[in-house]
Order: sequence, then C-alpha cells, then structure tokens
Amino acid sequence: MSAVGTVAVLTQVTVVVAGAPLLTGLMRQVRARMEGRAGAGVGQPWRDLRKLLRKQPITPVGTGPAFRLAPLLLVATTLVVAALVPLASTATPVRDSADLLVVVTLLALGTVILALAGLDTGTAFGGMGASREMTVVALVEPTILLSVVALSIPAGSTNLPAIVAHGVHDPARLASPASLLAGVALAVVTLAETGRLPVDNPSTHLELTMIHEAMILEYAGGDLALIELGAQMRLTVLLGLLTSLFVPWGIATGTAAAALPLALALFAGKVALLGAGLAAAEVFWAKMRLFKVPELLAGSFLLALLAVGASFFLPGN
Amino acid sequence: MCPDPTSRTDQPRPGPRHAGRDVIDTGVTELPRRVREMLADGHRLALVAAHHDGADAPGGPAIRVVYLFVKGPPDSRVELHVRLDPDTPALPSLAHLSFPAGRFEREMRDLHGIVPLNHPLPRRLVRHPHWPRGWYPMRPDASPPPPFAEPEGPFPFLTVEGDGVYEIPVGPVHAGLIEPGHFRFSVVGETILKLKARLWFVHKGIEKLFEQRDVAQGLPLAERISGDTAVGHALAYCLAVEEATATTVPEPARRARALLLELERLHNHVADLGALCNDVGHGILNAQAQRVREQLLRLNQEVTGHRLLRGGVIPGGAAVRALPDPARIRAIGDDIRDIVALALGHSTVRDRFTGAARLDSRAARDLGCLGYVARASGVRVDARQAHPFLDYGDALTVPVHTSGDVLARFLIRAEEIDVSLALVEKLAEGLTPGVTRAELGPASGPGRDDIPGRAGPLLEPGSEADPGSDLGPTGPLSGPGSGVGPGPDVGPDVGIGSGTGPASGVGIVEGWRGTITTRVELAPDRALARVKVVDPSFFNWPALPIALADTIVPDFPLTNKSFNLSYAGNDL
Repeated sequence: MSAVGTVAVLTQVTVVVAGAPLLTGLMRQVRARMEGRAGAGVGQPWRDLRKLLRKQPITPVGTGPAFRLAPLLLVATTLVVAALVPLASTATPVRDSADLLVVVTLLALGTVILALAGLDTGTAFGGMGASREMTVVALVEPTILLSVVALSIPAGSTNLPAIVAHGVHDPARLASPASLLAGVALAVVTLAETGRLPVDNPSTHLELTMIHEAMILEYAGGDLALIELGAQMRLTVLLGLLTSLFVPWGIATGTAAAALPLALALFAGKVALLGAGLAAAEVFWAKMRLFKVPELLAGSFLLALLAVGASFFLPGN
Repeated sequence: MCPDPTSRTDQPRPGPRHAGRDVIDTGVTELPRRVREMLADGHRLALVAAHHDGADAPGGPAIRVVYLFVKGPPDSRVELHVRLDPDTPALPSLAHLSFPAGRFEREMRDLHGIVPLNHPLPRRLVRHPHWPRGWYPMRPDASPPPPFAEPEGPFPFLTVEGDGVYEIPVGPVHAGLIEPGHFRFSVVGETILKLKARLWFVHKGIEKLFEQRDVAQGLPLAERISGDTAVGHALAYCLAVEEATATTVPEPARRARALLLELERLHNHVADLGALCNDVGHGILNAQAQRVREQLLRLNQEVTGHRLLRGGVIPGGAAVRALPDPARIRAIGDDIRDIVALALGHSTVRDRFTGAARLDSRAARDLGCLGYVARASGVRVDARQAHPFLDYGDALTVPVHTSGDVLARFLIRAEEIDVSLALVEKLAEGLTPGVTRAELGPASGPGRDDIPGRAGPLLEPGSEADPGSDLGPTGPLSGPGSGVGPGPDVGPDVGIGSGTGPASGVGIVEGWRGTITTRVELAPDRALARVKVVDPSFFNWPALPIALADTIVPDFPLTNKSFNLSYAGNDL
C-alpha cells in the first residue's frame, strides 16, 4: 500500500499545484466566452505567476512577521490540505491524519493568517478586508462543522478517507437527504470561502468593495505570486473536496497502481467541470450587498442543520 | 415674432438663440439684496467669473465680477456686474444665500485673490498646498507657474471622533483607470459617517490657456475640457462666441449640433449603464453595454471623423460627414432596451440599486444640482428646455424621477437614451452632410446687437424668423413670458455703460452630464480675453457626500459611478 499510496499523495499534490492556476484560467475563460469576450486564455494565470515571480517583493514599512510569513503559511497549509484530502486515492499513508476537522481547521488557519497579514499592514484597506473576511469566516465555520457532522454520522467517523470510501461503496448514501442538504450547504460555503460571487467579486478593481483582495493589496512580486497561487489552490482543493464527498466515483480505494492514473484524470475532469459550471453560473449572478451576505450564509447554516437532523431521522436506507 | 412690449435699450433681438442678457451694474453694498431678489424670482446662479479690467477699459482699472443668473423656460439670463478695487478686492459673501455662490467665491479667492467677506467656510478650494501663498494664477500680472514648493502647513480633514470610528483614505491615485481625487471616509463599522472629497488635482489652468487665443484656437481647448464631453463644451463655447459676435447660426447647423449633442449623450449613458452593472458584479451586461458603446463610437467616427465627436461643432456652424442611418439607430435602441430590461429584471442588481445613496430633492435643489443627478431627485432642470438653441418640439421629453437613489439615476439614463434615440432620428431627417456655417461677425457689445446690419452674414435677423417659424413659442423673450425676466425691480441702471463694455457672450448647453455654462469675453480683435467654463460637475460634486451619508462603504463605488462626475471638468 505504502508505495502506491505515497505516489498517489505526491501526484495528487502535484496535480493540485500545477492545475490550480489552470483551473482559474479555465474559469476566467469560460466567463469571458460567455460574456462575448475573447478571454486571455487558460494559461494566463501561470503567465501572471511567472511575471510576479520575476518582480521584487516589497514589504511596507512597519510590517512584522505576520505580513512576511503569511504567503508561505497560506501555501503551506493548503499544500497539507491537498495531501490530506482523498482526491485520487483513499488508501494513502496519511489517511489516519486526514480528519475532516483537521482539513477545515487548516483552511481556516490560512484565512486567519491572511487576515492577520491584512491587519499587519496598518492600512485602512487591510483592516477593512480583514474585518470583512472575519465576519464571513465567523458565519462560514459553523456551517462547515455542522455539515461535517451530518456527513460523518452515516460513516461513523470524521475521517475523510473513511467517509469517501463509504460513499464509493454505498452510493445510495450520496442521494440521501442528509447528504444532499449538506452538499448544498458546503457548496454555498465554498463560494464564500474562496471569495466568489455573490459574496465577493474576484475580478473587481474597486478597493472599497473588496474582501479577499483588500487584504492582499500591499503584496507585490513573489509574495503576491504565492498568495495568488495559495488562493487558487484553495479553490481547487475545496472543489476537489466537494467532488470527493458527493461524486466520489473513480477514486482509488485499493492499492492497485492501475487505478491511480484513471483516478487522477477523473479528479481533474470533475474539478474542471465543476469549476466551469461555477464560472458559467457566476455570469448570471451579481454581487450581493455586503449586509445581505449573512442572510445567504445563515441560509446555508440552516441547510447544514437540517442535514444533521436528516442524518439522524432519515437514514439513507 | 412681435417686438417685446417691455423692450429696453439693451433688449436683444427676438430669436431662439439671441436670448441675450440683461446686464445690471451694481454696487458691492446692494449686491446681496439684488442676488436675493434674483434667487427669490426663481433664477439660479449659473456662473460667477472675475475679470481684470486694465486702464484702457471703459470704467478704468478694476476687478469686475460677473454673476450670471438664469431661469427658464422662457429663457431668461441676467448678469450682475460688480466692480471692485483692484488693489484690495473684497466682496460680501453670498454663501448664506446660495451654496454654489459660496463655492464660486472660494474659487475666485484662490485664483484671483478676491476676498469673500464673512464667508462661512473660508478654506481653500482650488489651491493645493504647494502653490505659493499670494500667487493668484488668473491675475494678469501673475508669474508663470512656480515649481512645486514645500507644502505649506497641514490642511487637516475634519476628524470624526467616537467609539470605533476610523478613517479610510482613498486616492488621489485609484486602482482603476479613473481620474484623481482624494476621498476621506469616516466610518464606523461599514457605515459612512462623513465623506470629504478633495479635488483639483488636475487643475490645468484651462481658463488661463484660453486667454489670447483666437476663436478658432479656442475650440480644440474647449473640446478637451472634459474628454467625454467634447460636444457639450465645444457647443457652449461656440454659442458664447457667436453671441459675442452677434452671429446667427443657420438652422441646419443648429440641428446638426443638437444631433451631435444627443450622440454624445448616447455613448456616455450607455457606458454608464454597463459600468453600473459591472460595479455590482454583473459583468455580462457591462460587456454587452461596451459592445453597444463601441457601435456608437464607430457611428460617431463616421459622423464627425472622431470617435468622441470632436470637430463636429465649429464656431458659426457644424461639420457633419455622414448622418446616422435610422435602422441602425433603432437596432442599437433595441439592444440597449434589452440590457436595461435584463438589469432591472435581475433581483440582486435591482436590490443593489434600490435605495442606495439617496439624494433627496431638497438637498439637490439647495446644492444647485444639475443634469441626471438633479432629475433623479425630482428637480427638473434641462437646458434643452430652459435655454434652447433649437426648438425640439414634441420630440423632447425630460424624464424625472423622485426617489434619488442609484436606481433613479440608472432609470433616468435609460429613459434619456430613448429620448435621445428618437431625437437623433428626428434631427437627422432632412439634414445633409457637409459643413454649414456662418461667418463670425466682429466682436460686438455684451451679448446683444442693436445694429441690425451686423447680424450674421447668412441671414438677416428678420429672415431668421422664417426658418424659425417652426420654432414655436420658445422664442425666449418674445410674448408675455418676457415679463418674467428681470422684473420691474431691476432698477434704472440696467445696461448703463454696458454697451461700451467688451463683447461678451454666454452659451448654455445641456451636455450629457448636465447644464454647461460658458461665458466668453472678446477683445476688439476677437481674441479671447476671458473664458469662464462651468461644468455641471462643479455643482454636483458636493451632492456626492450628502447622498453617501449613512450608506455603507462597499456601496461607494456604485454611488460614485451613478453620479459619474467629471474631475477634469471640475478642476479645469
């Protein structure tokens, strides 16, 4: 198990790192085409990263370790999550550490680090973005935790590979009310976590309306490249997590080496499809007024609550 | 057109363009009383300009301040002229009578060194801290612009204090491709307690640059006052020059000018509709609006040879290369209506627009707001009705909304687009491409011409009544409406001495942003002695902070776009 499992973890992380900018590029391209624009091409985020890496990072006067460490920590936490989440295989050497709560906490840690970095700059925008991000996170976290509970009850464990393997072996579970409700709740939360419409507008240049972008306004050069890459990886991992939890077919559950390439290809395909679908949906959405965001997130919390209830009272079979 | 029964010696000839002005020379002490009377009579202060008369001027050396009051319809324009001692120029402040007057006074103080006495807010407006103290660039003896000096002393913003109040400084350099302005928000949580906008970062000294140019050289400058308002500013400039030279512009040229004015309104309003959608994250409608705008810009290119319509309005006439095809105009109209319907049908977009940044009618009136900002707040001001240079007939309707929010400003634009499209079609009918112009006359008296033979060479004043027969009852000072003019309280000194003053003219145009007023004085050789330009943005900027009180910070960009004020036109 260990050889194939190790390869699975390594390839999975590589695919996430290499594919995250491509996913963002794909989503932008889908959006551009649907709006009747030519678009910059799928490879543009990679070209942007290359450009940024050649530039000099700038540290504003008066900033401390939080500002300097944030890009590294953001990427590091996301890398760990990318290794833990069973995207290609459930039989990996890290399977015992891959608890859903750990994953959620690591992602939240990345968010908090970024918010601290925003505060560290001492600028009004950094503080404003951090304050908004924390508001969103405070509303998102309970939903995530409730959804985790709802999903872990049927599997009897919060261990992610266990939950995913359970789904693979018992597909009827995935269509249970609990699973569907939790799925919708997690999808809404993913939009908020990754700064997509209708919560945040990833393509705006208006600093006063930003949430995520406002926190990173002071970054430049390689630091900015890391932040961008970290954000893109988070989006990829979260979309991958959604597919693993709710459409797990194709994920390797055994130690057969042959299943791995197919699993990776299916993972890439599923995430690309989900991302393209999200981008297409975003074309028809607009950004909500900031004070309406809590209403949306409260709705997703309610769904997660119902999912927990359903998992107790409406067992899938 | 019957002669005005109350005609005075300075009464203008009847006719739609030659509305002319009543000029009242007044003393410093009676100025506030006269201004109060003008305002009570329903006039609004459209322009204040200071002039430095030399020793060769009829009244000797003085600083002459001109207050232009306008009202309409029927078109009425009255000027108060005050002469000040050039060594210690001082004026009683009118800020307590009219908010715009207070701003004009601060502008004059910074540019001309005229002190407004008892001004409630005697802080600098135009002058940035690196200008040397005592340097007044509009004075004839002003030295060339000195190098940037060390900024003098602090110029603090009013600090809002309280628990949890913090400040957000934005600009003057912004993230997008927009003009420079500094905004200081005092915020608690996300709610704006106070916003202060500090402008004049792009003060270019345009009024100074006009001086000594001849009329033809002034035109390119006028077209560039605010790049998106080439026709509006060029037309206001040309109307002013034509009035100062008693030139009668032939009717086809006036129609062509009106056509160009509407084309300019169209491409700007369409861009704004798209940008408003973009600012709420609904990018697809922006992409579509930009596509339509591009079609309009290409149409502009065919019509005038320039995508932003430069070169279409020329002194004495208009130059049109081609005319818009009605079928194409209708197709563009259908596209725009689709975009508007999609935007208003989108629940999130509509929710963001509704109730955002209300400007109530009282505030809009008190601040002297113009254009769509005023009309979205229930104030009906439109120079096409109040000060027409052409009779639009029934084709011109002026939409007015009363809610004063972003939605109202969006709807006003959408409805004005419909009106403009209809006007473009109607005005293009019967026009032929080509240059139509009248030769400019010599510089004549201030805004009037009492020698009939000096009218424009193309048309005698009498014959102008013939093409003007379809001009309807808008001949501003003909008929009973003229009694509304300056009224019987004007006093005996009307026009005394003014016939010998420098030739002057006023142009009032409803540009796409609002009413543009330009006043020109010509030297005897027809060189530009003084050009004063007032962009509607000058009146509308103070309304932005008022509308934003109690709005949340993330709604600021949307509100700002719904006002879409010109920095260049304001800063001059």
